[in-house]
Amino acid sequence: MWETVIGLEIHVQLSTESKLFSSASTDFGAEQNTQASVIDLAMPGVLPVLNKNAVDMAIKFGLAVDAKIARKSIFARKNYFYPDLPKGYQISQYELPIVYDGKLEINVDGSSKCVGITRAHLEEDAGKSIHDLYEDESAIDLNRAGTPLIEIVSEPDMRSAEEAVTYLKKIHSIVRSLGISDGNMQEGSFRCDANVSLRKPGDEFGIRAEIKNINSFKFVESAINYEVIRQQELLETGEPVVQETRLYDPKKDETRPMRSKEEANDYRYFPDPDLLPVEISEKKIDEIKLTLPELPDAKKNRYKKDYGLKDDDAEILSLNSDLSDFFEGSMKDTKSEAQMVSNFILSELVGLCNKHNMDISNVAIKPSNVSQLMNYVSEGKISSKQAKDILNDLWAGSSNIDDIIKSKNIEQVSDADILSKEAQKILEKHPKEVQDYKNGKIKLMGFFVGQIMKEMKGKANPKILNQILNKLLGEL
Amino acid sequence: MEFKSVKEILTAIKNKHISVVELTTSYLNKIMQHDDELNCFITMTEEFALNKAKEIDKEIAKKKFRELAGLPIAQKDIFCTKGVKTSCGSKMLDNFISPYDATVIEKLNDAGTIMLGKTNMDEFAMGSSNETSFYGPVKNPWDTEYVPGGSSGGSASAVAARISPCSTGTDTGGSIRQPASLCGICGLKPTYGRVSRFGMIAFASSLDQAGLFTTDALDAAILLKEISGHDEKDSTSSSVEVPDYHAYCLDDVKPNYTIGIPEEFTKDLNEDVKKVFYDSVKTLEKMGCKIKTVNLKYTGLGVSAYQVVAPAECSSNLSRFDGVRFGHRSGHASNLEDLYRESRSEGFGKEVKRRILVGTYALSAGYYDAYYLKAQKVRNLIANDFRNAFNKVDLIIGPTTPDKAFKIGEKMNDPIAMYLSDVYTVSTNLAGLPAMSIPMGFKDNMPLGLQIIGKHFDEKNILKLSYLYQKETEWHKKEPGK
Repeated sequence: MWETVIGLEIHVQLSTESKLFSSASTDFGAEQNTQASVIDLAMPGVLPVLNKNAVDMAIKFGLAVDAKIARKSIFARKNYFYPDLPKGYQISQYELPIVYDGKLEINVDGSSKCVGITRAHLEEDAGKSIHDLYEDESAIDLNRAGTPLIEIVSEPDMRSAEEAVTYLKKIHSIVRSLGISDGNMQEGSFRCDANVSLRKPGDEFGIRAEIKNINSFKFVESAINYEVIRQQELLETGEPVVQETRLYDPKKDETRPMRSKEEANDYRYFPDPDLLPVEISEKKIDEIKLTLPELPDAKKNRYKKDYGLKDDDAEILSLNSDLSDFFEGSMKDTKSEAQMVSNFILSELVGLCNKHNMDISNVAIKPSNVSQLMNYVSEGKISSKQAKDILNDLWAGSSNIDDIIKSKNIEQVSDADILSKEAQKILEKHPKEVQDYKNGKIKLMGFFVGQIMKEMKGKANPKILNQILNKLLGEL
Repeated sequence: MEFKSVKEILTAIKNKHISVVELTTSYLNKIMQHDDELNCFITMTEEFALNKAKEIDKEIAKKKFRELAGLPIAQKDIFCTKGVKTSCGSKMLDNFISPYDATVIEKLNDAGTIMLGKTNMDEFAMGSSNETSFYGPVKNPWDTEYVPGGSSGGSASAVAARISPCSTGTDTGGSIRQPASLCGICGLKPTYGRVSRFGMIAFASSLDQAGLFTTDALDAAILLKEISGHDEKDSTSSSVEVPDYHAYCLDDVKPNYTIGIPEEFTKDLNEDVKKVFYDSVKTLEKMGCKIKTVNLKYTGLGVSAYQVVAPAECSSNLSRFDGVRFGHRSGHASNLEDLYRESRSEGFGKEVKRRILVGTYALSAGYYDAYYLKAQKVRNLIANDFRNAFNKVDLIIGPTTPDKAFKIGEKMNDPIAMYLSDVYTVSTNLAGLPAMSIPMGFKDNMPLGLQIIGKHFDEKNILKLSYLYQKETEWHKKEPGK
């Protein structure tokens, strides 16, 4: 049996207004090369000036993962040539990163484990090379060049794709909760490299392959799983695993070699003489501590304690700030049980989102809609099945719940007098079945309910109807 | 009208003895007349200069006087100048028009100076003779068979020839002081961080410092104030207060300087230079200075450490010249790697390539500790030497260069001999200290410079000692050909 060993390097784009070393804007989607200053273009003679907000954001992250914050960290140059790297070097941190020695607890299959965070350092992003714009030439867009990133490097502590994805999701949730990144994976604000190796349990670490630039949770899982099988096949046939960088191709669901260790760059790191060391005082750290928002673990505990949610639900909600924001919005004016609201959001609404491949933060349905629906269900005005139907109508474009109920004429009848009359009518119509019921054929209850529902076009409140039928049959 | 100094020019303009347009025109004419032979300028900016001169004349008519109103100046072609070619002495940037002004340029423009042109220099400031320039060597006005020194050779030669009253330079290992010495003028390299590096094309970022050439020390004092100070665009620039250097030089307080002479700066001198140097020491003693011998025992390693640190930083700083966004792009490239290789092979000269190779090697995996890290340690030792010496003395002096200027071509094929002409100047760059070279005499009719080194941010005492020395001597008044 082989044991899988995984370490992740996550690149998180920080949501500062300007770049890490220039005052150019970091907005996504602007016209090409309009957000590149002379500094981002690496004009001769220009110098970088550090964006202090990015430093504060890195400190926030460090505090959120229980890490040490370096009192003094330094920027280094990572030298290599590429057209979208204007200076011919990337300003990064090498020997003294700003954040180090952190940890994160993750829950997989009901048991929890701790993943070590070796370091998180500040660095600038590169621009983009575009190869499909012109026939014979490549184009370069430097809007992204110089955008601040933190690179979060984990220990090789994960043992399955599932653990890796859970860790990745939790980091995603933390940076979103902290407000230091939009975490948008499609736009590349959150991307990850996975180091994967296999070994016999107890052995030394095996030789690893690094899978570069994976930009969705699903791809991370598929890429790791593919890589595990690939390496396993190699090892079992006695072939060596080669230390190399590989790319994941989601279309073919496979990883392919990009460059081997021999071809790897010698980055010739050295401290950047244009920048002073970053010195951070105890006072600064204390100030930032006070600004930290509620983090996923604390939120989960609050949901369990204050709302009485099941552990799983509390975990899922707390890990996704869009979901938890939606949940808390729905709980605001509700008289309903929190668990019922959570069930409805997590199964019905999230189900719709997944089906339509949309994000809960972008859908037309509002927390107040859910709150209203759940109140109607609690009051017995509509059934939960009807709540689901109405949700579908809302998704399809309707906007007023009361109008939907009216137009569908689906308002539930909970009036005991009306229900008693209808029940009486049916019982009188079926004396034989009533006799059988009294003789012990209690299954016939379903038959009576069905007949009444048929008569009332399904609008009878089943709960109250059941009570009434029990009462009437008992009196007979 | 002939002017002897910046100070005289500023006074003449203020008193309306000459208009700025007249003055500018006279300097432009002098350049036309002499520069074919001297080759001090890469680019002339006549139109820019005359327009600015008219503007300043108008201001003066309205009684508005900027600090340096109407002062003509030559700018080393390492400083980015908006709308003007900024070549850094290299084919690589022969087609480069800067879209922005360096902070030094901006400050001097704002102070009312008139840029006459951009001066010749060793390619990317790498050289000690101005022979590595893509635009050909600059000649020494004392004898045109000789080099003016480098890398700021054009700036030094222009001031020595009196075709510009002052000029800017940059000094990474001696590039202001050495040519000042070989051309018989004043050259000031301020403390690292005193003057912003923004817009100054980087050679070795931790050593580069902008400075000035003038004919006398007071002129340097006047100009230094205008270019100094913190710049938010340069994180390594200092916010230490900028004093009024000129007023400090002229005040009545008579300093009793204790001056150190490092044994290491005198023991290998040839007899002629030794004699000139000790004559100037005698003058200083007569002026009331106390002379002490000091030791800077690690300065002997200065050139070696410098030849690791400077190329290492340059190898990275020059990576941006890749033919992709600006500068020379080879016409023979068919793929990306070719584009880099051909553009850089064609765009850079021999000395620049040599230093990029050395620097790349020094930073490579497996060699970093042995070279770069070790050189940084030596750097600390040298800084320590100076710190200890400055516990005992106020200023340190020595000859700026081991010898007078050498002939054009003489050392071009011997890089080590060339590097050794910086032996007395590199240590101050490694330690980040301010230093100045002032004329102290002649050897075979070629000038020699006296180097005065001060504590960090103590330019004012370097300038004051220079000023007081120049009150006692005439060396700085000697002009070539007269």
